[in-house]
Amino acid sequence: MPESGADRLATVFADAGRPLFVPYVMGGYPTLEASARHAAILAEHADIIELGIPFSDPLADGPTIQAAGQLALDQGTRPADVLAIAEGLKGGPPVVVMTYFNTVIAHGAAEFLGQAAAAGVAGIIIPDLPVDEAGDIRDLARAAGVALIALAAPTTDDARMQAIGEQAEGFVYLVAVTGVTGGEMTMDDRLRALVDRARRHIPVPVVVGFGVRTPDQARQIGDIADGVVIASEIIRRIGDAPDAAAADAVVAEFGAGIAGALRA
Amino acid sequence: MSVTMRFGPYGGRYVPETVIGALDELTEAYERYRDDPDFRSELGVLLGHYVGRPTPLYRASRLEEAWGIPGGLWFKREDLCHTGAHKINNALGQVLLAKRMGKQRIIAETGAGQHGVATATASALVGLGCRVYMGRTDMQRQRLNVIRMRMLGAEVFPVDAGSGTLKDATSEAIRDWVTNVENTHYIIGSAVGPAPYPEIVADFQSVIGVESREQMLTETGALPGTVVACVGGGSNAIGIFRGFLDDADVRLVGVEAGGEGLSGKHGASLALGSPGVLHGSYSYLLQDPDGQVAEAHSVSAGLDYPGVGPEHSHLRDLGRVTYSNATDADALSAFLECCRLEGIIPALETSHALSYVRDSAADLAGPVLICLSGRGDKDVDQAGEALGIDASA
Repeated sequence: MPESGADRLATVFADAGRPLFVPYVMGGYPTLEASARHAAILAEHADIIELGIPFSDPLADGPTIQAAGQLALDQGTRPADVLAIAEGLKGGPPVVVMTYFNTVIAHGAAEFLGQAAAAGVAGIIIPDLPVDEAGDIRDLARAAGVALIALAAPTTDDARMQAIGEQAEGFVYLVAVTGVTGGEMTMDDRLRALVDRARRHIPVPVVVGFGVRTPDQARQIGDIADGVVIASEIIRRIGDAPDAAAADAVVAEFGAGIAGALRA
Repeated sequence: MSVTMRFGPYGGRYVPETVIGALDELTEAYERYRDDPDFRSELGVLLGHYVGRPTPLYRASRLEEAWGIPGGLWFKREDLCHTGAHKINNALGQVLLAKRMGKQRIIAETGAGQHGVATATASALVGLGCRVYMGRTDMQRQRLNVIRMRMLGAEVFPVDAGSGTLKDATSEAIRDWVTNVENTHYIIGSAVGPAPYPEIVADFQSVIGVESREQMLTETGALPGTVVACVGGGSNAIGIFRGFLDDADVRLVGVEAGGEGLSGKHGASLALGSPGVLHGSYSYLLQDPDGQVAEAHSVSAGLDYPGVGPEHSHLRDLGRVTYSNATDADALSAFLECCRLEGIIPALETSHALSYVRDSAADLAGPVLICLSGRGDKDVDQAGEALGIDASA
């Protein structure tokens, strides 16, 4: 029996002894090849790679990730293509895929989770699958050895935090802002209290994302949480790069900068 | 009594964690107020004196004769509601809930603009700020309603994503809600979305069915043989069907957008879709094999939607309701016949129900009751162009 995704994720957190860097790559953006390359570049600096499978109607995403996902879909990116990127990252940091529930159930959840596990995927984040709807999928994911990563938000009350904590596998993704991806977080008492509250109720590591853009912000999050996700900012920088080589360089530089900030 | 969250396997709350608290709050508010005498009386007064309920039941004798409808053809005249469609029944109910929940801001999505106009109207009436998300394509084809919303003080926010239609507007409204959930109530216009919305919308629209059942009994001494309504998300249909679901002998028919025909682009999610998750609920959906949601097509913006309300999915599987469809061309010709023979300009959405009744007349059990869900003033530019009717000398 191979080590489960949850075990692999637990090992990464336990071994690091510092906050983890979890960068996001949208599979198929700006091209399939480029996204595979960006994932490989980031794998040099990252502790966990979050790999997005594009979906036509991403309700939790702001304009940056929406547009990136739409471009990926327009170019014909399919879930299997993105899982192939995950497969190529085997031997590196664990990969968690992020996609919406309809992608998971389209061919049957058991089949999808089995394919993800075969590609070496350690965990799955489904932002439109709240804890109360996740029962069947949680069982299927567990059977496949893929950790179902739950999300918590500023609007999650203590009772729900508790319920999320009880079901949690791998880590919990704490949404820093009331909103969609791509805004900007501010480190203030409210966010500190939120992270503190989440950690009181949730026994697994708490990773914070949504609106983190700079090494400074990453360090501030790292001071209070177990890890930090950066997504829209990476996509924005890739989009702004004049060509593919420049995009690769930007990704490398940005990844090194965040990793350095979290190690400092 | 608790609020229905699922209809058979359909429904649920497939939304970001951020709005779950607000859905709980809405569920609690609805449980508390739906039978509250003060709430019911405030809504009842508005429905009577502001909307103009009960809306008339009208016998469409000339169409009945032209189409050979057995036992009589009756229209439930929701087109005579204030603002021109059934949408106001739900918008007023929800805005009164929003007030009681202490929300300061209202958002809505709209396709044809009728729900947007109804929400803008209800918001103006109670003094709440209102933003309506509307696809760019729909803003062009339902221009008149954009102007009406703006006159009513609402901000109309164009959505360029996807095909610029109802699906895209709904996604954007949900994103706004995820961001502003603490002070904002989202008034969904159809019987779609995460629970408890499908139940709340169906309940506020069930006044259509309750009234028309009573009116049919009064006017004809019997129940209708067949009740027909158009289905996009399905709010007018579920509203009228709810009056008759327990009457096993009353045949219920929902008519979806056949668009260019079922081999082309269309909006017939119950005919050709498969179950999946869009906009927070599990229901029939037009999608590709990977679960990417397909773009729908209909001449009528209100039916141009790749999903459908979860209760309709359940009623389809149960076989209690039959779902059919009508093409753009058939709906347009029925639209014109209704104008010419009854002096009623129906909405293009409603014209799909008319088209079905015309084309299936020989097989229908009478009397036939159609939910005339809205009037077609909003459609005159578009229908005029399609039918070669304009204002030039």
